Amino acid sequence: MRILRAIFGHGSGRIGGIIVGLYLMLAILGLLGLTPHNPITQYRIDRLHAPNGAYWMGTDLFGRDVASRLMAGIGQSFTVAFFSVAFATLAGTVLGLAAAWLGRRWDGVVMRIMDVLLAFPAILLALLIVTVAGPGTWTSVIAIGIVYTPIFTRVVRGPALSLKAREFVDAARTFGSSSFYIVTRHLLLNLVAPLTVQVTLALAWALLTEAGLSFLGLGTQPPAASLGLMLSDSRNLMETAPWLMIFPGLTIMISILGFNLLGDALRDILDPKMRRAPA
Amino acid sequence: MTPLLSVSDLRVGFGRNPHANEVVRGVSFDLADGETLAIVGESGSGKSVTALSINRLIDFGGGRITGGSMKLKRANGSLFDLMAATEPQLVRIRGAEIGMIFQEPMTSLNPVLTIGSQIEESFRLHRGLTGRQATAAAKDALDRVRIPDAARRLKYTPNQLSGGMLQRVMIAIALACNPRLLIADEPTTALDVTVQAQIMALLAELKQESGMSMIFITHDIGLVAGIADKVMVMQNGQAVEQGELNQILDNPQHPYTQHLLHAVPHFANGRATRADGQRDKDVHAEPALKVDGLVVRFPLKSSFFSRATGAVHAVDGVDFDLMPSETLAIVGESGSGKSTTAKAVLGLVRSTRGSFSVGAREASADRSARPVQMVFQNPYASLNPRLSIESILAEPVIATGGPVNAKTRTRMASLLERVGLPKNSLERYPHEFSGGQRQRLCIARALMLNPSVVVLDEAVSALDVSVQAKVLELLVDLQREFGLAYLFISHDMAVVERIAHRIAVIYAGQIVEIGDATSVLSQPQHSYTKKLIAAVPTIERRRDHFELDTRQVPSLVRPQGFEPAPARWEQFGGDHRARVEV
Repeated sequence: MRILRAIFGHGSGRIGGIIVGLYLMLAILGLLGLTPHNPITQYRIDRLHAPNGAYWMGTDLFGRDVASRLMAGIGQSFTVAFFSVAFATLAGTVLGLAAAWLGRRWDGVVMRIMDVLLAFPAILLALLIVTVAGPGTWTSVIAIGIVYTPIFTRVVRGPALSLKAREFVDAARTFGSSSFYIVTRHLLLNLVAPLTVQVTLALAWALLTEAGLSFLGLGTQPPAASLGLMLSDSRNLMETAPWLMIFPGLTIMISILGFNLLGDALRDILDPKMRRAPA
Repeated sequence: MTPLLSVSDLRVGFGRNPHANEVVRGVSFDLADGETLAIVGESGSGKSVTALSINRLIDFGGGRITGGSMKLKRANGSLFDLMAATEPQLVRIRGAEIGMIFQEPMTSLNPVLTIGSQIEESFRLHRGLTGRQATAAAKDALDRVRIPDAARRLKYTPNQLSGGMLQRVMIAIALACNPRLLIADEPTTALDVTVQAQIMALLAELKQESGMSMIFITHDIGLVAGIADKVMVMQNGQAVEQGELNQILDNPQHPYTQHLLHAVPHFANGRATRADGQRDKDVHAEPALKVDGLVVRFPLKSSFFSRATGAVHAVDGVDFDLMPSETLAIVGESGSGKSTTAKAVLGLVRSTRGSFSVGAREASADRSARPVQMVFQNPYASLNPRLSIESILAEPVIATGGPVNAKTRTRMASLLERVGLPKNSLERYPHEFSGGQRQRLCIARALMLNPSVVVLDEAVSALDVSVQAKVLELLVDLQREFGLAYLFISHDMAVVERIAHRIAVIYAGQIVEIGDATSVLSQPQHSYTKKLIAAVPTIERRRDHFELDTRQVPSLVRPQGFEPAPARWEQFGGDHRARVEV
């Protein structure tokens, strides 16, 4: 609650919070099928309608409602983004904590593997994984998850190393606390703030990567809707039906903006230096 | 004659509303040419903020000067208004007319540049010297602060020099342009006591030589005696008393000054040791902790793949025993191995050789109990900020596999009450407590497992002097009540005198003198013990002159396979013995 209130007291946090909130609502409605029209029903007579009262954002080449497809697409993209970021957070946190805590060879091995992963451009690595495993929603989740794991590993390992050297960890050792207890209570609990910020920003990248994969035909498969797929379909009709490109494009852009604003706000709010006066 | 610096009704505030959050509230003083003013106060009294306001560095620290006036008499005799000065004007004043040295010499210097280039920078900026001229000037500057072999040391980087040497380098930089005012902000707090004496002697000599004025900021009123002409005592942002040195020390008027002078531990050459609990002559009593031939070495490798070429002999054959209800103080300078000894006893570092035995008191009944507990130096770093006090106190119990139940909670509450913390502390978080209160929390946490030995590693040295006295009292009370044995590690002789029954002096990883506290402090035998004791600043010795000594602590790096010569001891009555010097 304190965080929510702080977000709404923060200039860009308020805007980011509202945008992300709206998107979440649309995503849930889209996933539940509560859209104005059925997103995959083809209204053959209404092909390539410009936006009007019945079809708020027009229709596509097959006569499907763009607004409904957008909502379903947001639902689809958010699902992939959330699960892949959850995967990356979990894997990255475990690996980062393990590397920091075990140190020495473990640290070296884990971090070199992460360096190798980081050396590939994100989309290229995701492409590689999807090509090997075959396209599909869950392949995208795993692929994007693996791509963003190194970032979380690094975000966790650095501060964990410095926390490990703090006296309260030494103190815990003198009581004979187990490693698991020290890692979860003393390291992880102090990493919540940087992780929260990283999760928010990673959601924005994951959305973009998912859109990119779908655009290339390797993510969500038709006839299911996805933002990247819709953009890809609009390519050849850019001049005759510009709404097909404008609406998904704007949708992606605004969502990324929302997550970035929210991430920046969280960074400010959770920064311990901002909390100079103790409550 | 106009004073060099005239400050009147200075007010400094912080935050969004500096007028409401004033930490300096109306401070006035005059400083004449060649005079030294000491500002004394505890942390939070506003003494450092006052000093930083004079060269307007406070503007970078988030502070705002909200009122008053500050006038500096410049070299040409004109008056310079420090309040109205613009940043470009101030840049010319800082360094050239007002020099400053800080508390932490290790962090005040850039670690990747040689000290030579860092000294030269000052000459380049303010005097326009270049190349060979600047290097020559830098060498002179090092000579001036009595750094031996200055020409070679110019090429050193900061990590190759000790803390005391670095502080001399800092002084050399501050004095590079012959400022007429030097601000020294706790310049010796981070240094060992013998090094502190060196720096104080150096500052006093430099002041004599150059006739500059100085503002000397310290929390230790004992330090003031050797250097100041005038003293200003600050509390809560206000000067509660100011006057001539002798007048303040001999005839303090304000109760806070009197408190600083009396309540605070002052070294009394063994006359203020504890009268209780002298060691029993009963040799059959079982010690609470017995350490036998402890050796801790850290192997040195020249590269990752090569074999060890030598070792740092951090602790080189230390033995002592500690009786229940007894305090053994281990004193020595940083790098002497005193903290490593403590960590080895607790198993935080692995000992290379040696054995410990811990007394059988109650521990045998419950195998999981940990009879040795530790209280750390920094109360801010030794409590996890994200855990409530209840979780913090529960941790030792969880760690030893005990259940956390109503009984545990009763014990927490009673221990908190015992160490003097409010009842509602359990639900609160560490940041809601002051430094002294946090150290009490750490003590309560250490007592949760009902230990027989508590290791106190510089446990009171991070605290303000008056808080320190109260925590020491608490420790003494707890020792009597629970029969605790303390291993008290400290560099502060005045504190050691108050709490120790016995003292072990450790130097270069070896005990050089051990014995009854009164005997060791009043009749020190080993030359190192004598040196340590002679370096303690006291008010009584205000006219003593400290000799400059440029010897460095010997290196503890030894070649592979090196073994120290067996110790020969000389007895001095009772259990007081000292290592025979070669």
